[in-house]
Amino acid sequence: MLDIAIDRKTYPDRAGAPHLALAGLRLTAAPGEFVCVVGPSGCGKSTLLNVVGGLDHDVEGRVRLAGADTTHDIGFMFQEPRLMPWLTVLDNVLLVTDASPAARRRARELLAAMGLGDVLDAYPGRLSGGMQRRVALARAFVIEPKLLLMDEPFVSLDVPTANRLRTMLVEQWQRSGATVLFVTHDLREALALADRICFLSAAPGRVVLDRTLALARPRAPDDAAVQALHAELLAQHPELLAGLTSDADVTQDE
Amino acid sequence: MKAGLDDVAAWHSPAVPVRRAMKRRGPRGEGLLRAASLLAFLALWQLAAWFFASPTLPPPATVFARIAAETASLALPTHLAITLARVAVAFLLALAIGAAIGIAMGRWRRLDALLDGWLVLGLNIPALVTIILCYVWFGLNDTAAIVAVALNKIPTVVVTVREGARAVDARLMQVAHAYRLPRLRTFTHVYLPQLVPYLMASARAGLSLIWKIVLVVELLGRSNGVGFQLNMFFQLFDIAGILAYTLVFAAVVLVVEAAGLRPLERRLTRWRT
Repeated sequence: MLDIAIDRKTYPDRAGAPHLALAGLRLTAAPGEFVCVVGPSGCGKSTLLNVVGGLDHDVEGRVRLAGADTTHDIGFMFQEPRLMPWLTVLDNVLLVTDASPAARRRARELLAAMGLGDVLDAYPGRLSGGMQRRVALARAFVIEPKLLLMDEPFVSLDVPTANRLRTMLVEQWQRSGATVLFVTHDLREALALADRICFLSAAPGRVVLDRTLALARPRAPDDAAVQALHAELLAQHPELLAGLTSDADVTQDE
Repeated sequence: MKAGLDDVAAWHSPAVPVRRAMKRRGPRGEGLLRAASLLAFLALWQLAAWFFASPTLPPPATVFARIAAETASLALPTHLAITLARVAVAFLLALAIGAAIGIAMGRWRRLDALLDGWLVLGLNIPALVTIILCYVWFGLNDTAAIVAVALNKIPTVVVTVREGARAVDARLMQVAHAYRLPRLRTFTHVYLPQLVPYLMASARAGLSLIWKIVLVVELLGRSNGVGFQLNMFFQLFDIAGILAYTLVFAAVVLVVEAAGLRPLERRLTRWRT
């Protein structure tokens, strides 16, 4: 059970005045649940993940992950692949493990399952953007995470590549039983992936709508059911979802 | 005007394919070129020696004979080994201390502000002053000699490595933090690889600076080593001896650079190719 309660999260602004990024944000997720967090650019989505992932401690609030050793059980996938260019594909995945024989076997299996079995010894610089994300995905799952944090990991990829990665993500997630917190500004992507969608307001961000999806898997962003729900949500909450529908919006708010 | 420009273009255009062709010839063609340039140097030297016919410019053959004689008497290998040992110790010391300070200064702004003035001072003190002061303060011994050499090199290492530490990619460090990597693994697998180009630049520049300073240090206050020998030959006006030691020493440094540093750098930056 993931339980997030952030009272206040501020940044020192460029002018010196504090910028309130998150306020009164409460979010929970059941074990094994796939939760998408959707919100407009600059609403504090990345900030939320950084706080939950322990990258940012300067916050009023708390994050609890029941039943997990929070020091080792969180996987993180960033907007960019963020692989170490001087490590081979296999070593990049092994970097975050204890490199035990079991971890090695898991790394090889994961990479093979993602179609990277032939490039284990290649350096990331030789790989396409889509392949680099697959390595990053394998790195996130190799530690058998209780919680997986994903910060718009499939932006700036072409549609077929992104769809393929989403399919792989869902496969691995179903196999691993991890809780996933997936941040995106793309409502269609959220509808294709999530069990539940939490909508954030503009800054200071808080959850303004919490919607459980009853869509069958597997699904794709262009399925009729997804399209219908997309239209329905837009009709129900036009003011809330303004600015979340343009797929071309790839602003990176880091 | 336009016709003039076209003429210039026509004049230059043949050079482009020629240069491309040379590049394509690869390492083997390049090696031949290097050998040819070495031979040309020896030929020029020989010609100059004939032309001036002076005892202050002995021909190559005399110098090579001298190298053989000094090697047979073990004088050259002994002094060379002593000098190389000093170079190695001073080099490693300067690199280790300079890298540590550079990383710290690149990491902590306050420390940077605190030490930056000292750094500027260190960069601008002439090598000779450091050497004299070290001998005066620590005595005419090897410790003083090595400290003096290292002190001369440390500031430049600090400046280069600090540049590298400032350019460290915070996004990759975040990966290490997000996955809770142990500190040591973060340092060796995520942090240090980013500094490799800066460390290698320091190492190469350092070697060429240090082996020059070591000779001065030996000349001023040691009773052995290549620098000491050069000083003696100078007083005896023994030019063949000076050239013999210089040639061998320069050759050794070249070999260290080509057989040690360059392959090491290639290995460490394999991922770039």
